[in-house]
Amino acid sequence: MIGARVINGGTVPVRDIPVLGMEAFRAAVIEAVRDGAGLAAYFGYPLAPDGAVAPPGGGAAVAGGRTGGAPAGSAGGGTHPVRLVAVLTWPMAGGCEVVATDPGESFPALTPDCPPAHWFEREIAEQWALRPEGHPWLKPIRYHRAWRPGDAWGRPPGTEILPCVTDFFRVEGDEIHEVAVGPVHAGVIEPGHFRFQCHGEQVFHLEIALGYQHRGVERALAGGPDPRTPHLMETLAGDTTIGHSLAYAHLVEGMTGVKAPARALAIRALALELERLANHVGDLGALANDVGFLPTASYCGRLRGDFLNLSALVCGSRFGRGLVRPGGVRFDLDPARLESLKNRFEPVARDVESAVTLLWRSSSVLARFEETGRVPRETALALGLVGPAARASGVERDVRMDFPTGFYRFLQVPVALLPSGDVFARAFVRWLEIQRSEAFIRQVLAGLPEGPCQADGPVVAGSEVPLPPHLLGVSLVEGWRGEICHVAVTDGAGRFGWYKVVDPSFHNWMGLAMALRDQPISDFPLCNKSFNLSYCGHDL
Amino acid sequence: MVTVNFAGLVPIALALVMAPLLQGVINRTKAFFAGRQGAPVWQPYFDLARLLGKGAVYSRTTTWVFVAGPVVGLASILAALTLMPLGGVGAFLAFSGDLVLMLYLLGLMRFVTVLAALDTGSSFEGMGASREVTFAALAEPPVFLTLAILAQKTGALSLSGILAGIGPTLWVTAGPMLALLTTALFLVFLAENARIPVDDPTTHLELTMIHEVMVLDHSGPDFAMILYGASLKLWLLGSLVVGLILPAGLPWFVAWPAAVGALILLAILTGVVESTMARLRMHKVPQFLIGALIMTLLALVLGAR
Repeated sequence: MIGARVINGGTVPVRDIPVLGMEAFRAAVIEAVRDGAGLAAYFGYPLAPDGAVAPPGGGAAVAGGRTGGAPAGSAGGGTHPVRLVAVLTWPMAGGCEVVATDPGESFPALTPDCPPAHWFEREIAEQWALRPEGHPWLKPIRYHRAWRPGDAWGRPPGTEILPCVTDFFRVEGDEIHEVAVGPVHAGVIEPGHFRFQCHGEQVFHLEIALGYQHRGVERALAGGPDPRTPHLMETLAGDTTIGHSLAYAHLVEGMTGVKAPARALAIRALALELERLANHVGDLGALANDVGFLPTASYCGRLRGDFLNLSALVCGSRFGRGLVRPGGVRFDLDPARLESLKNRFEPVARDVESAVTLLWRSSSVLARFEETGRVPRETALALGLVGPAARASGVERDVRMDFPTGFYRFLQVPVALLPSGDVFARAFVRWLEIQRSEAFIRQVLAGLPEGPCQADGPVVAGSEVPLPPHLLGVSLVEGWRGEICHVAVTDGAGRFGWYKVVDPSFHNWMGLAMALRDQPISDFPLCNKSFNLSYCGHDL
Repeated sequence: MVTVNFAGLVPIALALVMAPLLQGVINRTKAFFAGRQGAPVWQPYFDLARLLGKGAVYSRTTTWVFVAGPVVGLASILAALTLMPLGGVGAFLAFSGDLVLMLYLLGLMRFVTVLAALDTGSSFEGMGASREVTFAALAEPPVFLTLAILAQKTGALSLSGILAGIGPTLWVTAGPMLALLTTALFLVFLAENARIPVDDPTTHLELTMIHEVMVLDHSGPDFAMILYGASLKLWLLGSLVVGLILPAGLPWFVAWPAAVGALILLAILTGVVESTMARLRMHKVPQFLIGALIMTLLALVLGAR
C-alpha cells in the first residue's frame, strides 16, 4: 500500500496524500484492483497554485448547465489544473487507500486494465475536459459542459449539449434491429434511455444512456457546508435519504472530531435498516408485479408503505428527511414512540414473511426468476459491482461488515450471499437481507442506549461551522443499493473545495447492461427491476 | 345452403351487451385475490364510453391502414359472432364449413391489427406484431384439430351442428376426449385473449407485451373499438369453451341463462389463474401452446378408438 491510509469516516491531510507520477498512479490503482481492492471513488478536483483545492464558483454557477459555453469566470475550476484522486477500499485491511496524481491535460486511461474505472473516467473527461487516452468507450455520461474551459471531445463552446444525443454502439447486419426505450417510460419512473441491439428477441447489446436528471449537485455542494447542504444530501437519491445523509454526517464528524452519542448511532442504524426494509420489500413486490404474480405484488406495495410509515414515526418523514445531521439525530425516540414502534413493527414483519414466501413457493415465479439475467462472479468482480447485485453474484462485499461505522461496530449484520447471479439470486439476497435487518432492528429496539441523541457543540446547532483546512475525508455507508461513498476535500478556509458523491448506482449500471447480454428483450424489465438502480443518484 | 335461424339473433344481442362484463368480472376476481376492493364490474363500459367521447390522435407516419385496422377488426369479430351458437341453440347463420370462416374471421381481425401496428413504424409495435403472429400460428392448430375431431364425432360440419351434437351422451361415451379438448381450448382461450400466463393485460412494460403493445398508438374511438372487439373475442372463444361443456338441446329459457352463467364462471376461473400464477417467459409460450396441441392429439387418439 503506497497511498495514504484512511479509515472509513476518517480523514487525511491533503499534503500527506502521495502525488504519484501518472504511470506509478496507474500501476498502483490497477494492481490494487487486481489484488481485490474496490475502486470506491476516482475523481478530479481543481488545484490552486499553492497546492490546495481551488474554490470553485460556488452554488450560483450551477445554473450554467447544458446550454452556455464554459465562461472561465463561472466554471468551477477556472483554468486551474486538475488533480486526480483514487480512493481504494481494502476489505481485508479494514480501511481505504488514497492516491493522487497530476495528469496534465490528458492521461493514459486506466479503463483498459481496470474496468471499474470505466464510468469514472468518462465522468472525469466530462467534468474536467481531460482526455483519458486509450479509453475504449469515451462518451459523456451526464451531458453537460466541462467545469473548466475546454472540452474532452472538442465540441465548440457555443453548441448546445442535449442529453443522450450521441453515437450509440451499433451492431450491423440485415437481421439486427434496434429498439430504443425511454427516456419517457410507461410507469412512473425516472428518465433514462436504453438502446438495444437485437436479433429477434435476443439482445446482443444494451447501451444505457443517462443524464436527464443532472442538476449539478456536486458543484452546489462545493463551498459548503452551508444550511442547505443537508437538504442537498437528502435529495441526492430520494429513496436513499438516510444512506446519503448518514455518509455526509460521518464525513463531517470525522473532520471535526465530533462524536455522535450512542443513542444517536442506534437511531441512525435503525433508520438505515428501515430504509433498506422499505425498499427491499418494495423491490420484491415490483419483481412479482413484473412477472404478473399478483398476490406478492399487491401486498408488498402496501408493506413498503408500512415500513415508510415506521420511518415517519421516528422522524415525521416517510423518507427519513430531517433525521440525520452531523453530531447526532434531530429526533429522539421517547418511550411512548419506542413502544409504538415495537408494536407496529412485528405485524408488518409477519405480513412480509407471508407475502414473500408465496414467491418462493410458486414454481411459475421461480421459473421466471431462475437463469434470467445472470451476472457471473467474474463479471461482477471485474466491473466492481456493489450491494445486493454484487452479493447475488457471490461477491462478499458489504460496508457494514468490511468497514463498520456507527452502531455496526457493536452489532453485526451477517452478509447475505448467493452464488448464482441471476434475478432469483438478486431477489433472494434481498429477502435474506430483509430477515437480517429485521433481526437487527429487534436487537436495536431491545437495547436502545440511554442518553442524549445529539452531541454538544456547534455542529448540530449550525451546519455552517468551518471544517479544518486542507483535509480529505472519506465516508462509506452500505445503503440499501450498496456502497455509498462520499469524499470531501477542504480548502484553506475550511470549506468543501470539492465534494464527491458516488452513489451505488454509478458502479452498477454497467452490471445491468452485462446482465442483458444474450437475454430475451422481454426479460429486460425484470432484470432492470432486480437491480433497481437510481437515475438521479447517478446523474447528480 | 345457409341456414338462417332468427332465434340466433338473441345470443348476438347478449354478446353485444354483456361482453365487456366478462372483463369486469376478471378484474374483480383479481382484485379480490389481491385484497383490493377493485373497480366495479361495469368499469369496462365506463372506459368504452370515456374513449368514445375522446378525439383520436394520429401519428404523421401512419396511413389509412392504421385507421382501418380497428374498424375492420371490429367488423370481423361481429361477423364471426353471427356464426357462433350459444348454449346449444343454433347460430344466426350456419352452413357446412362455417367453422373455417369463423376462425379466419378471427385471423382477419388479427391480420388488420398487425398491419395497423406495423403501419406506425414503431419498433415496439413491430416487436408485438412479430410475437403475435408467431404465437397465433401455434394457437391455430389445436383449435382446428379440436373442431375437426368434434366434426367427425358429431357428424356435422357447421359450428351450430357440432355444438348441438355435444350432449350428455357424448360426454358419457367420449368423456376423456372431451375433457382434453375443453382443456386445450381453455389454454388457447387464455393465449388468444392475451391473458396470463401468456400475456399480461395489465402490465405497463412495453417490452414484455404481446397484444397490448400492438395497440399502443391507438386512441379515442379507435381504441374503444379495439377494446370492444377484444371483449367480443373473449365472449366468442368463451362461448366455444362453454359450448363443449353445456348439454345441447335444452329449452332456450334454460340454455341462454346457463350459457351466460357459465361464461361468467369462465371469467372467474380466468381471474383465478391470473391471480395465482406468474407469466411464462416469452420463449416458453410456444411450449404452452404446443402443450395444447398435444392434448388435442391425445384426444384424437382417444376419439379414434
